[in-house]
Order: sequence, then structure tokens, then C-alpha cells
Amino acid sequence: MQKVVCETEVDIKNADGLHMRPAMQFVDVASQFDCDITVSNNENTVDGKSIMQISMLAATCGTRLRIKAEGPDAQEALDALRELVEDKHFDEPTPKEKKKQ
Amino acid sequence: MKFADFVCFKAVIPELKATDRDGAIAELVSSLDKARKLGKGNCEKIIKAVIKREKEASTGMGKGVAVPHVKHSAVKNIVAAVGLSSRGIDFSALDKQPVYSVILLISPEGNPDKHLQAMENIFKHLQKERFRKFLRQCQTPEQIEDLLREADENPSL
Repeated sequence: MQKVVCETEVDIKNADGLHMRPAMQFVDVASQFDCDITVSNNENTVDGKSIMQISMLAATCGTRLRIKAEGPDAQEALDALRELVEDKHFDEPTPKEKKKQ
Repeated sequence: MKFADFVCFKAVIPELKATDRDGAIAELVSSLDKARKLGKGNCEKIIKAVIKREKEASTGMGKGVAVPHVKHSAVKNIVAAVGLSSRGIDFSALDKQPVYSVILLISPEGNPDKHLQAMENIFKHLQKERFRKFLRQCQTPEQIEDLLREADENPSL
């Protein structure tokens, strides 16, 4: 089987950042795929399928994360995670939307 | 952020009396209230708010630990209590296993970044098996305080 490695960068856009509920959403999506997924900020690289490790990133709004996936469905995984983080921003308001509330 | 920056060492409970989730939350919030960390007349409201949050999604992250939390206007600074249960408590944890160590966190409203920094510190340590084991073994408030201060000083613990 061909080894597929994909990488991308995403920005955290929801005002409250990657707190526990978004972290759980992230792990839920990541866990739907067979590939290995790691997530890095400037300091740490953690397992994208571990809720404790993702919570440890403490990614605030505006943080850029690097996601790396290794395995046959790597590209699909990255597409799904990008959609969750950047397009849906975890179904939470961005700072602008929060001000309007 | 370090444990000593937000854990109220007067509100650590080496053996929770409570045997269920809601009881444990009430015991820990009351303990913060007794330590005068919550302002007057907020204890019941905060207990209800934490339980409500917990019902939306369990903070039992697996491996015997739970981190119930809520954002509440009653506090100006982040404050946490720690409770242990040798019997184990059902928190509807992700791995369906009982919870032996509970870190309860109350964060002020309008400062999401501070909340994330506290969580970062908590999980940095909780994900280590050695730390979880040491925490579970604590039998007095002093032992809990010593362990958390040692973890602050020595991140590789």
C-alpha cells in the first residue's frame, strides 16, 4: 500500500479557542479516519486522536496549528478537519459574531 | 500557568464523601465557597451551572480523571478545587471507567485565553501516568498540595 503523508495549517477562528468541547469535536472527526494524525503548535506536537493531548495545546483564537496525517485516507482527514476548524469554527461564534450577540 | 496560580489549596479533598457525580461537584464547589472564593450567595447557582455543563458533555476524559468546569461571573480569577475518591465515581466518562481524581475549575466570563491556559496546565500533567498515579495516592490535603507544587517546579514529574 502506498504511504500517503499530507500536511496543512489551520487557524483557530472561534472566540473561545480550542477548549474542551471543540477539542472533543476535533478528536471525534480525527478518529473517523484510519491515518495517524498529529497536531503541532510552536511548542508541542500531539496525537490528534487523544482528547487530553489536544486539550493540552490550549490553542487560543488566532493560533495557527499544523496538522499532519499519515495513511491512506490522509487527505480526506485533513479536508474534514479543516472544514471543522476553519469553515464551521466548531459551530461557535468568531470574536466578531460574539460582539454582535 | 501553574497549579499554584489557580488551585485553592484550602479546597482540596483527599477523600470525597460523595459517591456520585453531582454529589462530588457539589462537595467541591462548596469547598471553594467555604474558602471564600466564590463571593456571597453563589454556591448553589454555580453547582447547578457545573452540573448543567457536565450533562451537555462529560468532562470525564478517561484514565480515571474528570475536569468539570464552568465559566461564571461570580469569580474574577480562575479558581480550582481538587477531590479524590478511592472508590471511584461514575462520571459517564469517555472510557466508561470510574473517576478517581476530579479537578473542578471555575473560570471568569470574558477571558477565554486564561481558561485555556489553565486547561493546558491541567492536561499537561494529567496525561502523564506517573502524575495520575501520584495524585490518586495522596491521602492528605498537604500531600495534594506538595504534589501539585512539585509538578509546578519540575515539569518532567
